[in-house]
Amino acid sequence: MKAVEVNALRKVYGKEKTLAVDEVSFEVNEGEIFGLIGPDGAGKTSIFRMLTTLLLPDGGNAKVCGLDVVKEYKKIRTMVGYMPGKFSLYPDLTVEENLHFFATVFGTSVQENYHLIEAIYVQLAPFKDRRAGKLSGGMKQKLALCCALIHQPKVLFLDEPTTGVDPVSRKEFWEMLKKLKQEGISILVSTPYMDEAAMCDRIGLIQGGKLLSVDLPSQLIQKFPHNVFAVKADNMYQLIQSLQANALVKDVYAFGEYAHLIPNNSALTTSDLLHEMDKLNLQNSSASPTQATIEDCFIQLLH
Amino acid sequence: MEQVITAHKLSKKFGDFIATNEITFSVNKGEIFGFLGANGAGKTTAMRMLCGLSIPSSGEATIAGFDIYKQTEEIKKSIGYMSQRFSLYEDLTVRENIRFFGGIYGLSIPQIKLKTEELLGSLGLEKEANKLVSGLPLGWRQKLSFSVAILHNPKLVFLDEPTGGVDPLTRRQFWNMIYEAAAKGLTVFVTTHYMDEAEYCDRISMMVDGKIEAMGTPAALKQQFDAPNMDHVFYQLARGAKRKE
Repeated sequence: MKAVEVNALRKVYGKEKTLAVDEVSFEVNEGEIFGLIGPDGAGKTSIFRMLTTLLLPDGGNAKVCGLDVVKEYKKIRTMVGYMPGKFSLYPDLTVEENLHFFATVFGTSVQENYHLIEAIYVQLAPFKDRRAGKLSGGMKQKLALCCALIHQPKVLFLDEPTTGVDPVSRKEFWEMLKKLKQEGISILVSTPYMDEAAMCDRIGLIQGGKLLSVDLPSQLIQKFPHNVFAVKADNMYQLIQSLQANALVKDVYAFGEYAHLIPNNSALTTSDLLHEMDKLNLQNSSASPTQATIEDCFIQLLH
Repeated sequence: MEQVITAHKLSKKFGDFIATNEITFSVNKGEIFGFLGANGAGKTTAMRMLCGLSIPSSGEATIAGFDIYKQTEEIKKSIGYMSQRFSLYEDLTVRENIRFFGGIYGLSIPQIKLKTEELLGSLGLEKEANKLVSGLPLGWRQKLSFSVAILHNPKLVFLDEPTGGVDPLTRRQFWNMIYEAAAKGLTVFVTTHYMDEAEYCDRISMMVDGKIEAMGTPAALKQQFDAPNMDHVFYQLARGAKRKE
């Protein structure tokens, strides 16, 4: 059985009939970390809310643990954990009270499933008497994860758990998810950070309500249809501006220390490119072939 | 070289807690300065002082030549501010937002009219001018709010995680706007959690536990920490942090 099956799912909002989710189909296998990668407004949250039975679809259907999200919503609610993008715990209850509350609502106790949250909860324990509303961003995130896990869900839905979180804390969070996966929990997670895609077993790239691609991160990169060069010069802004206008260049965009360049012709060699760049009066220019990343894939899919 | 920000041993204490601990740095005119650090390192407190919103506990600083203790009103007129969390009024139209912020920044009615047409044209938002901002895609909203933040031609603009959650194409278009504005002499003070964006800054400072632990060009920092990219520089510095938010 699949953890999640989504079939031509649609969601339309408002008088203007804005298509927030446009015929989206994908599956999450049991024990898999599936990442929905895309910017704000792509439709990620609408998908999460339909799968967690908090929003009715306007078309298509979806199953979670084999159960229909419309007809069998009550059963689904006992079997899934949901961490919304917006902090949704009780700010006036303490850390400990929140956790007990969620355990009790699901008819279990903190003790019963403590093993699932132990690694995360020990970091929260020093603040167990603090009100949830007074916690820092990173601690709120950890508490929300504990509350979503305390009834030992089969599927975990995490909507942008790492947004606005610094790179070190983000890395720690992904290490926690890997441990949960080993416990047999299937995870659907969304993120706007392309570099987190590599941490997922499979990813779906989403933009404007449409799923652009579903694949293994490594496959997506392997299937990238263009060569990529990393180019550099002292004045990066000038480099990008002048190469953008060049007939040999399909696309060139900033990429950290370098700019990534996609040639129009796959036969273009590094020395051809260097020769072309010599004409541009750039100081200390260099070029070398490089591997495409998920972000390169996403940028090309957006064109 | 004209210095738009100077800070000397700037500190802010809340009771026993030293949020910002004797930070010293300066930012030159037209420079893009990246202000990095983990959550809880003290960036927000430092930024609030530099914007004239919070009086320091000790130390000195000037913003656009104005004293951070005594001339906070002058400072507020010389700076622009944009954050991811709040930038525009969603229930006002594009045109109304421009008019509102123009008024707040003290522009005259004719100036606002001129600026509005200029902005709508340069952003390609003519058709959306009378639509509510809430209906605009996030990427457009971010570009508009940057333009609104520099409507009054400030010397310095503070950008607090301006590109959070934005798609990779829009993120790059946004940085092009930053480069263009900096080339015209605007000084940019920016925070980000995207380490590739740290590379786009002229210089960077890294805050750990309230102190600036490292500062320099991206190339110099990578060399100093023997790191292949800024991600690794960040890990090395932030891993040593004692303070967890």
